[in-house]
Amino acid sequence: MSRDTVQLEILRYDPEKDSEPYFSTYEVPFNDDWVVLDAINYVKENLDRTLTYRWSCHMAVCGSCGMVINGEPVLSCHTFMRDYGDKIRIEPLQNFPVERDLVVVIDDFVEKLGSVKPYIVPKVEKTVDEGEYIQSPAQLAVFKQYTACINCLLCYSACPQVGLNPGFVGPAALALAHRYNLDSRDVGRAAREDVVASNPGIWECSFVGACSEVCPKSVDPAAAIQQTKIASTVDYFTDFLTPWRKQ
Amino acid sequence: MKIIETDVAIIGAGGAGLRAAISVAESDPQLKVALISKVYPMRSHTVAAEGGAAGVIKDEDSFENHFHDTVAGGDWLSDQDAVELFIHEAPRELTLMEHWGCPWSRKPDGRVAVRPFGGMKIERTWYAADKTGFHLLHTLFQTSLKFPSIKRYDEYFSTDIVVVDGKCCGFTAIEMRSGEVTYFKAKSVIIATGGAGRVFPFTTNGAIKTGDGMAMAYRAGVALKDMEFVQYHPTGLPGTGILITEGSRGEGGLLVNKDGYRYLQDYNLGPPDPWPRKKAMELGPRDRLSQAFWHEQQKGRTIKTADGDVVHLDLRHLGEAKIDERLPMVRELAKSYVGVDPVYDPIPVRPVIHYTMGGIDTNIDAATNIPGLYAAGECSCVSINGANRLGSNSLTELLVFGARAGSGAAEFAKARQGAINESAAKQEAEKTEKRLAALFAKEKATESIPGLRKEMNDTMESGAGIYRTEDSLQATCTKMSEIRKRSANIGLQDKSKVFNTDMAEALELDAMIDVACAMANSALQRKESRGSHQRLDFEARDDKKYLKHSLAHYSPDGNPKVDYRDVTITSSQPAERVYGGAQE
Repeated sequence: MSRDTVQLEILRYDPEKDSEPYFSTYEVPFNDDWVVLDAINYVKENLDRTLTYRWSCHMAVCGSCGMVINGEPVLSCHTFMRDYGDKIRIEPLQNFPVERDLVVVIDDFVEKLGSVKPYIVPKVEKTVDEGEYIQSPAQLAVFKQYTACINCLLCYSACPQVGLNPGFVGPAALALAHRYNLDSRDVGRAAREDVVASNPGIWECSFVGACSEVCPKSVDPAAAIQQTKIASTVDYFTDFLTPWRKQ
Repeated sequence: MKIIETDVAIIGAGGAGLRAAISVAESDPQLKVALISKVYPMRSHTVAAEGGAAGVIKDEDSFENHFHDTVAGGDWLSDQDAVELFIHEAPRELTLMEHWGCPWSRKPDGRVAVRPFGGMKIERTWYAADKTGFHLLHTLFQTSLKFPSIKRYDEYFSTDIVVVDGKCCGFTAIEMRSGEVTYFKAKSVIIATGGAGRVFPFTTNGAIKTGDGMAMAYRAGVALKDMEFVQYHPTGLPGTGILITEGSRGEGGLLVNKDGYRYLQDYNLGPPDPWPRKKAMELGPRDRLSQAFWHEQQKGRTIKTADGDVVHLDLRHLGEAKIDERLPMVRELAKSYVGVDPVYDPIPVRPVIHYTMGGIDTNIDAATNIPGLYAAGECSCVSINGANRLGSNSLTELLVFGARAGSGAAEFAKARQGAINESAAKQEAEKTEKRLAALFAKEKATESIPGLRKEMNDTMESGAGIYRTEDSLQATCTKMSEIRKRSANIGLQDKSKVFNTDMAEALELDAMIDVACAMANSALQRKESRGSHQRLDFEARDDKKYLKHSLAHYSPDGNPKVDYRDVTITSSQPAERVYGGAQE
């Protein structure tokens, strides 16, 4: 393939001067090794200093550079130019307000992440002098996958429930709650249940699985949500059948 | 100007900043903590650390071993009282992380597993697969959400420390969303902004690692210490500079040249045992390995690629199962970014700028010379890393000294007498507003931000790289001073107040130029070779003249005055650094 250049169509919006978003088109050199972020950086350095986006690590771990590229939510540092044609359309993540250009407002997500109490509620308080909690490799394997979330928010962009139901805690936050619930060192599930099980969205999650499909770290939030539903249902019926257990 | 009042303000919400915030919150829940960062906490570059964190845990290991490995690894430039404190606190902090949920990799009996790292006598690197920094950062961030006294200010770009009557009275920051300058009025301040690898063109460091906090302290009157010591990590991916963890070699990875020869045996690191012995060959220290690459390149024994010369890191003999268990991210990164699956092919690697040993001059309590101002993590220089940091000491360092900075700043805030003179402080803070207004108002910019940044990157690489000379360093110092002058002529093409990254890049460049000037001038004046600072014209270490920390003092013209302070020696007198078979 001998392509010299590629056109980037990038969504632009500056609330200070634009009444609505529009697309700017930039012609950038084609480079077989470049990720899309490299092409965007080329625009910023050479063509347009006003183009606005977030990025940092360039190795798919900081979670800053999530964007919608040709309709798919992806990390722009982990998506190669060579996998696209001569035109690449770049938009901000969906289901978030646009702050400017490709930068979206994520306050709501950060709030939700905190709401699931994502920290260890210890079974037994231990002092540092007593050393670490014993956790077998098998016990670690139970929750490890759910620790891999980088908060890149691709799943929120892909999830139909997040779009329909602003109260929905959302895939990443639910997966994180599940991660702590499954941790052998933790007994915080009951405390998290208030937010997790009573959340309007979880019971409406239709297991479309879009969140898991777009996840760059194979966290599989959809599985976490389904497992949470089952666990909460079991709790409900256990409470119903054995009311004395609650005390 | 908006004023936000708090007790302790922390700049930077990576590993050190988060650990400090929790430390303040735990020491006194009544104290108000403001945690300010130019990015969301989980974007901080701690996230990219891979291999692990060092702390003595095995029965056959000892504090003496960790002490000696660190001091010898740092070529005797570390302050030994600080190292003693550090190695004793290390296992406690790592255990605390375990209590807070860090998913450390485990042994079959359920206890925390450790792996060997370079320059380490007994294995003591705790690891969470090869995503240790990621897990520590997220564990700290998530744990910080437990404390109502910690209030976060995400995406505020900090600019200037406010000093009145010689005391720290807070700092100014720009809220990215509104462009508004905010004065954080604080009784004590901790800088935890990380390193400055972006001063160089080829680095493992993320885009945000621009030395902002170092430059803030420097301009406020704190010296930058030991800035000539910049670490090249021996194994980065060509092109991108993406880090391939030292843990790969800890698990048994081999380095070979174009002939498939384990060339490290030619550089006093042998013998080449089939399984690497500790402190030998691939488990030598980073400075020696990066220097060995340079020599191989001179001899024409490296492999040419479009992205520069490389050697091969061979993991194939580890097998797929072990690679997937211990080094899953390395496999994924190599596959994605260089198209190599390490299960079947060796990974091309080359030395890459990784870490600044130097930084904001602090004492053992993480305090600077300005009362009320503290620093911790990579931006600081305590110093435990001396002339060459040992792999896996830095994650532990940000915990130990982050916690220490937090408790120190908390005590200072509580004991601080007298109210801050708000009108005087506000006057200081208004200088930031004026500087910013001038930047926005400038109509005829004759210099471009990316252009000047590239010139800085190029001169730092050509003059202040793995090997240096008087001529190369002098040329870089002259060039940097010219860049410092020309930087007055940059302007903004983006005039919006909302999330203005043109402005952020201008401020970052300004900080990087200060840091680069300190690095180049400190390097020019150290006429010896020690650790990561190698001079072709002064090949030997010179303890008579230079068993000393360099202290670069800010000068607006980019030519800092450099003076020296003795290294603290407690129990280990400087000796020859010996690795490989000769150590036994």
